[in-house]
Amino acid sequence: MTNMDEKTIRDQLRGYITADLIRDPDYPLGDDEGIITNGMMDSFALAELAVYVENAFNVYIPDPDLTVDKMDTLNQIVVRVMRDIK
Amino acid sequence: MNTLHDAQVLTAHDDVAPAIIFVASDAPTQVITRGDFRDAVRRYAHGFMRMGIHPHDLVIIAQPQNLEGIYAFWGAMMIGAIPSMFPTLTEKLDPKIYMDSMAELVRLSDAKAIFTTDDFAPQLSQNVTCPVYGTSNFIVDESVHDDMDYAPNPSEIAFLQHSSGSTGLQKGVALAHDAVLSQVAQYSDAIALTPDDVIVSWLPLYHDMGLIAGFLMPFIQGVPLVLMSPFDWVAHPALLFRAIHEHKGTLCWLPNFAYNHCARRIRMRDTESLDLSSMRLFINCSEPVRLESHTLFLERFSANGVTPNMLTVSYAMAENTFAVTQTPHGHIPRVDNIDKTAFEAHHRALPSDDDNALVLVSCGIPIAGTQIRVLDVDKNPLPERSVGEIAIKSPYMLTEYYRRPDLQPFTPDGWFMTGDMGYIADGEIYIAGRYKDLIINAGKNVYPQDIEAVVSAVDGIRAGRVVCFGVPDEKEGTELIAVVAEVTDDDPQAHKALVSAIKLAVVQSTTVTVTYVKLVGTGWLIKTSSGKIARSANRDKWMREHPIK
Repeated sequence: MTNMDEKTIRDQLRGYITADLIRDPDYPLGDDEGIITNGMMDSFALAELAVYVENAFNVYIPDPDLTVDKMDTLNQIVVRVMRDIK
Repeated sequence: MNTLHDAQVLTAHDDVAPAIIFVASDAPTQVITRGDFRDAVRRYAHGFMRMGIHPHDLVIIAQPQNLEGIYAFWGAMMIGAIPSMFPTLTEKLDPKIYMDSMAELVRLSDAKAIFTTDDFAPQLSQNVTCPVYGTSNFIVDESVHDDMDYAPNPSEIAFLQHSSGSTGLQKGVALAHDAVLSQVAQYSDAIALTPDDVIVSWLPLYHDMGLIAGFLMPFIQGVPLVLMSPFDWVAHPALLFRAIHEHKGTLCWLPNFAYNHCARRIRMRDTESLDLSSMRLFINCSEPVRLESHTLFLERFSANGVTPNMLTVSYAMAENTFAVTQTPHGHIPRVDNIDKTAFEAHHRALPSDDDNALVLVSCGIPIAGTQIRVLDVDKNPLPERSVGEIAIKSPYMLTEYYRRPDLQPFTPDGWFMTGDMGYIADGEIYIAGRYKDLIINAGKNVYPQDIEAVVSAVDGIRAGRVVCFGVPDEKEGTELIAVVAEVTDDDPQAHKALVSAIKLAVVQSTTVTVTYVKLVGTGWLIKTSSGKIARSANRDKWMREHPIK
């Protein structure tokens, strides 16, 4: 888990979101694209993302931070994960 | 008890018992006692009178899941008006589409007032023909008067439940006081409800399961309701279990997808210290029940005290107020393995030990007073283990579809045709599919024709050359939504943008997420002999091309 740079984290999250949440691994997900607000995935995905982020990066995102406002784009998610990564 | 005015929450002597415990992930818990509740309901009733609302006037309540909406609903009923809960505008919906749909609703149902949020009231009032009141400009009189009491006849319409269609053509299911009270009484018997029960719910109040089981039943029976917002729960599913743990919850209704959602998406550390052993029943309701979902849920939460006998099933619909069946009290739902070929080719549900057998979970037995028949295409009753359309007759049925004389709910001899496909075996009801064109996605009814109309209007799609269908998904425990659409040009770059445009257009007009979009050229879509796009044939073709585990 050490020395993970932003690009590695971003690529891993992008791969997970397109394959598992959007279910289209070839989807060209933009960094600032509203994933939930644009209908690419349902709001259930916030809870799934929380489980994934904990397993993959050992980052626990508390409930008040798991909202559509705060976690709608890849950039928002990457920044939140980077903040707490050890 | 003759009418909803006799509900225990309004008439019981104990003023300090909790009526509502509202929990949230980002705010302190609010406890509303029966005394608080009565005072608030009377203030709202008086407010509606001051606004000039009369008995039998329709009042639309478009609030997020909150106390104001609940008080307004009961306040309107106290003066004999007819309240109806409606969803609010969310960040996903296109405001214009929502406004148009509200305007259509007001016009078709002749609504006399809308009660909504302060943020939303000014914009909405410019788009509809009836007065719109925001939360803080609602006239709530602090002085309590006794002149507002209206004594309804038990057969009068108490409120409407709106079907969840996304177009302006929602059907308002009109329910009378006596139908609702007798359903609640009989259903309470079926689940052996006692004054010690505590109902815990995240279900939206504009949905029949949320409105009856997760709202009116606890108030009528005088048991506490622990309530949360569906948006809060879906993003933070552990909130439900914290609520059960803290308030010793005993009853909880959930659509099938929620079992998967909780089992797969609650982090271990969020449930480590939670005790769910106070629960009597989780009741799976409002979409097809999957055995795997119950198994997954049990495996994940047995350490927290969930046991197999807690997991029961109900088959329900708004037109019957709510429940049609329930797993017999004290039993575990039966599981029926039936022969796939006999089912598909001969409409028979024959027990089978084959590995390919279809696995169905029983919905239980009819609620007392409910008659159930399985009918063939000519409406003749079928014997046990023959598959046909489920028809029901009961004292809990709707009075009418509100102001829709064109829609006759009953057959000439008084049966309601459900559109669901099923059979009876040893007196228990099994639902095996449906005849109507409907997708149930995460407990929400989605009409494929609504989605097709939205996609047809997207630039680059050939109008009318679109098909939408549901795809069962084991991971989610529900049907996901797939769209196949014919494109007007062959540029792959344009196709990527079209996929996004389709998903955006659908979510903005219906809040529904389309999971799979397939763009095709001329010749892919299968048409019927009359030239219409055949949903089931196209679905079968798509499934062959996209095998899903």
